[in-house]
Amino acid sequence: MVKRFGDRVALREVSLSAAPGKLLAIIGPNGAGKTTLLSILAGIQSPDGGEVASSPRRVGWVPQQPSLYGKLTVAENLRLFARLERCADPDAAVGRMLDLADLRDRAGDMASTLSGGNRQRLNIAIGLLAEPPALLLDEPSAALDPRQRERLWEFISALAGRGTAVVFSTHNVAEAERYAQQVVVLADGERLFAGSPAELERVVADRPGSEARDFEAAFVAFLRQRGH
Amino acid sequence: MRWLLAKDLRILRRSPLLVAMLVLYPVVIAALVGFAVTSGPSKPRVAVLNEVPPAANSIDLGGQRVDVSQEAKALFESIQSVKVRSRAEAIRKVRSGEVLGALIIPPDITQDLEAATAGGAMPPHVEVLYNADDPAKQAFVQDTIKARVQDANAALAKRFTKVAAGYIRLLASGGRFSFVGGTFDILGLARAEAILRATAARLPSTSPELRRLRGVIEFAHLARQNLGLATGVLSAVGTPIHVDEKVVKGGKTPLGAFAAAVAVTVTLMFITLLLASGALALEREENAFRRLVRGLVSQTGLLVEKLGLAAICSGVVALLLLAGLSLFVSLPWSRVPLWILGLAAGGAAFGALGVAMGSLTREVRAASLLAFMASLPLAVLGLVPSGAVSGGVYDAIRAVSAAFPFRPTLDALQSALGRSGGIVGPVLHLIVLTAAFTALARVALRRFA
Ligand SMILES: Nc1ncnc2c1ncn2[C@@H]1O[C@H](COP(=O)(O)OP(=O)(O)OP(=O)(O)O)[C@@H](O)[C@H]1O
Ligand SMILES: [Mg+2]
Repeated sequence: MVKRFGDRVALREVSLSAAPGKLLAIIGPNGAGKTTLLSILAGIQSPDGGEVASSPRRVGWVPQQPSLYGKLTVAENLRLFARLERCADPDAAVGRMLDLADLRDRAGDMASTLSGGNRQRLNIAIGLLAEPPALLLDEPSAALDPRQRERLWEFISALAGRGTAVVFSTHNVAEAERYAQQVVVLADGERLFAGSPAELERVVADRPGSEARDFEAAFVAFLRQRGH
Repeated sequence: MRWLLAKDLRILRRSPLLVAMLVLYPVVIAALVGFAVTSGPSKPRVAVLNEVPPAANSIDLGGQRVDVSQEAKALFESIQSVKVRSRAEAIRKVRSGEVLGALIIPPDITQDLEAATAGGAMPPHVEVLYNADDPAKQAFVQDTIKARVQDANAALAKRFTKVAAGYIRLLASGGRFSFVGGTFDILGLARAEAILRATAARLPSTSPELRRLRGVIEFAHLARQNLGLATGVLSAVGTPIHVDEKVVKGGKTPLGAFAAAVAVTVTLMFITLLLASGALALEREENAFRRLVRGLVSQTGLLVEKLGLAAICSGVVALLLLAGLSLFVSLPWSRVPLWILGLAAGGAAFGALGVAMGSLTREVRAASLLAFMASLPLAVLGLVPSGAVSGGVYDAIRAVSAAFPFRPTLDALQSALGRSGGIVGPVLHLIVLTAAFTALARVALRRFA
């Protein structure tokens, strides 16, 4: 895919394929083009070149910025989107998501009164409502506490276990290493690497003169070496 | 779509401040219009210093007493007069703005009037003081006082000409005339001519006096005829031009119904523009827009939903407003279906303009600001009457007004409320505007996500 914003090239011929039942992590510095890539996959933006092989209707999407109504309660937000998604049983879907996001006791609270992390939980829950065959998550764990992060990955791994193809972006390199089967490294709209976390580790570690203390530091050194 | 509509109504219900404003606004408009319509334009407050001694209020015109204060009554009826005791007090009141102007009637005005009828050199005069801080007010007071003094002048002129005509009739036909207590018998030209003719008949035809007498008879005859003409001319002087009023264009909408149509159109415009643009911009501000248009609703569907939301809410408020206004002005309740047609068409067009504003601005605050800023000039342009500006400018204003929903909505409501003109034309116009602005909004939405 190619995407330009005026003179700025956000994506330079980046290719990506996600397999059913697998988790694919996109990592890279700020402004690398992760959100742009996921937005194109989600059908929010159209690419200037290339194409997406699945229809947006069959793809679930959790945007980086929470997209929900502050003046509706948690349950009302979920119910509204369950209805718009034409869930067979909206109330059951709402109940399921309240449990997943651990927001049952906040169900009657206005979304605007939630903490940043809880708002992100609701944002994720809305994206998961329809249980689509493919799921895109843009930095889903960014605002979550460690326990909630673990719950999220548990749930997403369970979805993948049932055959859902999952693509997520993250700044947490360890998270990518731990949960993803596939890693894509983006920097300045360019795909620097695609492969398994183990392969990435090898590429990073095999760098001549590598003396990094941990994976994250090694990753930063890798980016610097490639000119980013 | 209905779930979105229900969602927006719920959000609206949870914004009590906004709803209070949306409801209070029309109530205030209705009250203001009702007040304006029932109380009529107020009379300007003018300080009046009358220095004429009561005894000198009437003047003597050829034996007739004319009460000048009676002739000046019209003046005092068209202003709210504030009695003052001195010139200084009048000036102080004008300066402080307590009164818009002051009228000073000098003590010798009646003497001057009397003297003027006797060929005096000094015309009688009154003095008017203005506060020129506010040019519009000054012009208003100036015009009012001038017009009234003119009326008083005309009334006095009528009295004068009547008296003068009496004199002339006396000269022409003769009769009784009273002057300083005594009564005189005036011969008159007619009788003089008759006497001369009788005398002439008795003179021998060769008499030299007869020729001279015939010359005098001729003169008396001519003078009588021309004086008869003069009375006609004089009475014409005393009769001002009468104004026959006839409405040629603008329909028969009664003022009250017109005011109601304006109030309702302004309310419909404000509420619809604010709601449509705000609700659409809110979808973007809450980041929900992108989630929605990923197959949950079409972009056009979303626009129609916002347009409908705004049109329904403002339509309900406008109907309530009309019900409230009907307490002040009589409205044809039998034509309610036409009211609803006008409100629906106007609401849809304003809604389309609103979503266009919302998709262009993309932020609730900017959208509200634009809606407010655009409303005022639209209303003003739509209300500019023909003749208030030069022809070319008026044509330009009409063209601009036609591109926005205010004028056609006003026309449709005027038709629905007052039977002036058809409603079909304005409604079709509004449908075209609705389609055009929805299309514009649809294009602007491309940069929305
Ligand atoms: N609507 C837009 N108009 C102009 N430029 C844009 C737009 N959206 C993104 N960009 C640019 O495209 C590039 C990629 O942005 P993107 O949001 O995809 O980065 P990202 O990898 O998600 O960054 P982050 O980690 O900070 O979320 C950036 O340089 C950004 O400035
Ligand atoms: Mg991003």
